[in-house]
Amino acid sequence: AASMFLRLLSDIQWRAAHPKWRRMTSSQRSTSTTAEPHPVSLPAQAQVVICGGGIMGTSVAYHLSKMGWKDIVLLEQGRLAAGTTRFCAGIVSTARPVSIELKMAHYSNKLYQQLEQETGVQTGYMKTGSISLAQTQDRLISLKRIASSLNVMGIPCEVISPKKVLQLHPLINIHDLVGAMYVPEDALVSSANVCLALATAASRNGVQIHERTCVSHVTIQKGQVTGVETDRGRIQCEYFVNCAGQWAYELGHSGEEPVHIPLHACEHFYLLTHPLKEPLSSSLPTVVDPDGRIYIRNWQGGILSGGFEKNPKPLFTEGRNQLEIQNLQEDWDHFGPLLGALLRRMPGLEALQIMQLVNCPESFTPDMRCIMGESPTARGYFVLAGMNSAGISYGGGAGKYLAEWIVNGYPSENVWPLDLKRFGTLQSSRTFLRHRVMEVMPLMCDLKVPRWDFQTGRQLRTSPLYDRLDAQGARWMEKHGFERVKYFVPPGNDLLDLDHSKTFYKPDWFDIVGSEVKCCKEAVCVIDMSSFTKFEISSTGDQALESLQYLFSNDLDVPVGHVVHTGMLNEKGGYENDCSIARLSKRSFFMISPTDQQVHCWAWLKNHLPDDSNLVMEDVTWKYTALNLIGPRAVDVLSELSYAPMTAEHFPSLFCKEMSVGYANGIRVMSITHTGEPGFVLYIPIEYALHVYNEVMNMGQKYGIRNAGYYALRSLRIEKFFAFWGQDLDAFTTPMECGREFQVKLDKGMQFLGQEALWEQKQNGVYKRFTMFILEDHDTDMDLWPWWGEPIFRNGRYVGKTTSSAYSYTLERHVCLGFVHHFDEKTGEELVVTTDFINQGEYEIDIAGQRFQAKAKLYPFSSLFTQRRRKDEVELSGYQRE
Amino acid sequence: FYLTPSQVNSILKANEYSFKVPEFDGKNVSSVLGFDSNQLPANAPIEDRRSAATCLQTRGMLLGVFDGHAGCACAQAVSERLFYYIAVSLLPHETLLEIENAVESGRALLPILQWHKHPNDYFSKEASKLYFNSLRTYWQELIDLNSGETTDVREALINAFKRLDNDISLEAQVGDPNSFLNYLVLRVAFSGATACVAHVDGVDLHIANTGDSRAMLGVQEEDGSWSAVNLSYDHNAQNEHEVERVKMEHPKSEEKNLVKQDRLLGLLMPFRAFGDVKFKWSIELQKRVVESGPDQLNDNEYTKFIPPNYHTPPYLTAEPEVIHHKLRPQDKFLVLATDGLWETMHRQDVARIVGEYLTGVHHQQPIAVGGYKVTLGQMHGLLTERRARISSVFEDQNAATHLIRHAVG
Repeated sequence: AASMFLRLLSDIQWRAAHPKWRRMTSSQRSTSTTAEPHPVSLPAQAQVVICGGGIMGTSVAYHLSKMGWKDIVLLEQGRLAAGTTRFCAGIVSTARPVSIELKMAHYSNKLYQQLEQETGVQTGYMKTGSISLAQTQDRLISLKRIASSLNVMGIPCEVISPKKVLQLHPLINIHDLVGAMYVPEDALVSSANVCLALATAASRNGVQIHERTCVSHVTIQKGQVTGVETDRGRIQCEYFVNCAGQWAYELGHSGEEPVHIPLHACEHFYLLTHPLKEPLSSSLPTVVDPDGRIYIRNWQGGILSGGFEKNPKPLFTEGRNQLEIQNLQEDWDHFGPLLGALLRRMPGLEALQIMQLVNCPESFTPDMRCIMGESPTARGYFVLAGMNSAGISYGGGAGKYLAEWIVNGYPSENVWPLDLKRFGTLQSSRTFLRHRVMEVMPLMCDLKVPRWDFQTGRQLRTSPLYDRLDAQGARWMEKHGFERVKYFVPPGNDLLDLDHSKTFYKPDWFDIVGSEVKCCKEAVCVIDMSSFTKFEISSTGDQALESLQYLFSNDLDVPVGHVVHTGMLNEKGGYENDCSIARLSKRSFFMISPTDQQVHCWAWLKNHLPDDSNLVMEDVTWKYTALNLIGPRAVDVLSELSYAPMTAEHFPSLFCKEMSVGYANGIRVMSITHTGEPGFVLYIPIEYALHVYNEVMNMGQKYGIRNAGYYALRSLRIEKFFAFWGQDLDAFTTPMECGREFQVKLDKGMQFLGQEALWEQKQNGVYKRFTMFILEDHDTDMDLWPWWGEPIFRNGRYVGKTTSSAYSYTLERHVCLGFVHHFDEKTGEELVVTTDFINQGEYEIDIAGQRFQAKAKLYPFSSLFTQRRRKDEVELSGYQRE
Repeated sequence: FYLTPSQVNSILKANEYSFKVPEFDGKNVSSVLGFDSNQLPANAPIEDRRSAATCLQTRGMLLGVFDGHAGCACAQAVSERLFYYIAVSLLPHETLLEIENAVESGRALLPILQWHKHPNDYFSKEASKLYFNSLRTYWQELIDLNSGETTDVREALINAFKRLDNDISLEAQVGDPNSFLNYLVLRVAFSGATACVAHVDGVDLHIANTGDSRAMLGVQEEDGSWSAVNLSYDHNAQNEHEVERVKMEHPKSEEKNLVKQDRLLGLLMPFRAFGDVKFKWSIELQKRVVESGPDQLNDNEYTKFIPPNYHTPPYLTAEPEVIHHKLRPQDKFLVLATDGLWETMHRQDVARIVGEYLTGVHHQQPIAVGGYKVTLGQMHGLLTERRARISSVFEDQNAATHLIRHAVG
């Protein structure tokens, strides 16, 4: 019955297709379904070959052709829109927590709305709106946060009462609801028809579409895509786009040089019913009940309802026959809990007749965000896959960004959160993926509170000190597979309940981190920072210096032993990476970058460094354990351990020297701490790690040394207005926009990447400015804490969003960092942001709909000033209490 | 007088225990995946005991059931002590030396066993010192006797059984200055217990049986059906070889009195057992011990009573019969149970019920809507009912509970 129904559905869709499209492919669409001759032979070459005829592949083809590229071939192993796209529930929802995802969904909605008019293909587009329900206060907070960011993007959105919910949808049981979010412009589409419409438009623009053509592998020579092998012959091409959905992982692994695309399929079920006695209106809003783990939309007078169960069923781990997708069984027992949730939410549906339970595999990724971008190892190999069951919502926007990426070399928005290069080979283990997606799928509905972390696939990369730190009460988080300490639970305090940390309010580690910060300020702390990415670049002659001078904006021609903070900028002057580089010798450099830069930075350097055998680059991340000694007494600890003077005149700040610590020789000591506090980072060859750690802790005892974690580091760096790449800085932010002109040497005597763009900004001013905000009327104990992504208001008007925030134990205030724009009041056009503009405004930060006054600053407090200010504030708060 | 289903459940489940050998994503290094155990008291206090432990210094896992009679003292003592005797018998010479040296110098002892106990299963704290000293004497002797040969599991099992029974007997003869302990060791010796113990190490399964408990292997045939293979022989009057053995060990003149009414000397059902010194000691020894013993013992008619036709003791032994079996892929589970189960159920039924329980949880017929008219409410009701059936087959998470439920009907 299942296959009957699907065949029926597909016929309807085919008939719905535009006549022109039908004419073009009529020979491929005759009634028999197998063993048809392929009338049109494959071209021998094309500029772009796209694999996958689902929503992603057709969207990429559509956008590429719109941008003027014509020489494009799209290959589909079965029929267009036959995979996950066909089974997709067709809900276009813009309520997404991640800003770039929200933008993609918003664009998709606008695109689909006019697609029928553009192509003549009926897409079934219906603006129904959507209601997201909250059964708990915490859920309502998370909805309010999303509502805030939708509103500032100009997307209508309302937080409503349960009563209002009932007015919008008479079937909903509202007794257990505390509120809801209503997005009136969300829509429903027939996803297969949207896919066909995109294909129709693309083919009209010249894209060749070939169905029943299977890509066996992609050929890559010298790191560049050269062609595609199919079951119908070879196509030479310059660009390949892997839109193979749940088969993308296998396709990536099929060639000689694997391209790692970490995604994994899970079975996903939804229910279709016959129409109600009084058929449901097709304009009835879609209902999302995340606490019940279900969604419900109207479907042909009945309903379509699916969900994300707690015990997902991963499949195709071993990589199965691709046809098996047709034969997946309905599993009612598995669906039982979701059906229960559905009937609790809409008890009136009891008598509604079942039509079918659809089993539609969806692919999920290790961090719940989709995967797009170019392979770090093969130029011209692009990927767009892993939609985490939101393919139809993202399809339009994702296709657009990827097309821009291919045509222009970069997309028009910051897509780093979705970039394939955020992953490496380490996320590509089948076991890892299987375990992780079993966690990810339920997470789709779980409440996400600040600082939540994945629990599966952990303890993969660890420092040699892991066990030592763990035994001392370390609590861990993970970044790029590396375990990093959040904070240390003091002995006797170890009954700390994990659940208490799950809050939008003040977390229970508040005092613990506070004492770590205090120790950093007054004595000395050790933080294991081994996860940072470390490269060594050296050459026989001046090649290393010359090429690095071109790739980095600061002047690297410094005396040996100096450390330089510098951005690695793109042509537009935006940060591709932000790093510290030590000049080890005339011809070799040691480069430290953020943890998740390991793949991206490597690929960037590989692509930009000259192909010269005399220039050697090595990833030495695994070779060194990094200990960050932060605090005024770090100097004493280190000089006692090394019998070397470490005071400022002998070891000035931003300095690097190899020295002995304890018995261990060859420890690379740098006078930086990544926090603005005094201290050193020790880069220790791993076999010495335990020895040096023990020596430091023993010697440090009399100076009050203690372990600390990243939360303390974070608080310190944010109160010092230090921007971090990946959080605050991205490829669309220049040094000029974040007060780092001093790290740019426009006149260093040679050309460098991004120089022109920076010149222009220097002359004409910047259009956004990185700003520090100190929350004024925020009660740390009682009020919701800021996280990131909170809208910033200047004189009541939206000017930008925060990028990170932390409580400053020194200022005893929350500090938010974020970007301020200047939108013209009438036209909305972006204007130059001046210092005066920043300084002459009254600011508010919106946390889940509640606005808090904030003081804007463009420069950090000097430490002296900090202390004086602190005294003032103590007096002031005393005064207020009277 | 009826019990509600939930009362029945709470009674049945009061003593259930499940243990799963830790595994990683379906890969398991042990041939034992886990076990379920349970007991239902027929009389109070219950006289049956069970034990399970993993050998830490050698490989393998030990599982056993112990059926007490004339009180639970002997079954309790055997359930606490026997596995230590077995483990020690299996230890190589060097490990024994290491342990002895540790005890000598007061260092921490290598753990020998990891117990898997139900919260209701208890160990006697008072006697632990006494038990430990006896055990230590045993391993000291093993050290002195060092044969240099590798330990054979069969022999180790036989030695451990005999040695423990010997120690029980000896402790009762020597007595203890502490009056509580003195009474305890006497109660242990005058009561009795059968034992059926399995030692599993990889594909090697050894069953050591003393008495009328039984070990049964559940085998899945190629067609998926279940059959039972006995891995022990009952030591009772129904076992001809056993009757023959007893008769061989005593003069022809006693032959007609040895087995009466299917009982040993007309009194005892099992033909082999721990304790039961009334069937092992000479009359003089019994009298001396009882007379010098505490008053409670003297007041007990049973202990003073000498079995009739008691001429050439011992009539009873604790020596086990050991069966070795190489596990095959079709061998799916092992049932160890005291006579209580085997009296009420045929082994074939036991094999089928446990087998179907173990697989049935996974293989329920899937539902398909097909062309039928089903409403959401009906489907929800159906699924709820199925869930209830799966999660309990009357809520049994434990195969042993499930089996007992069938046994009591």
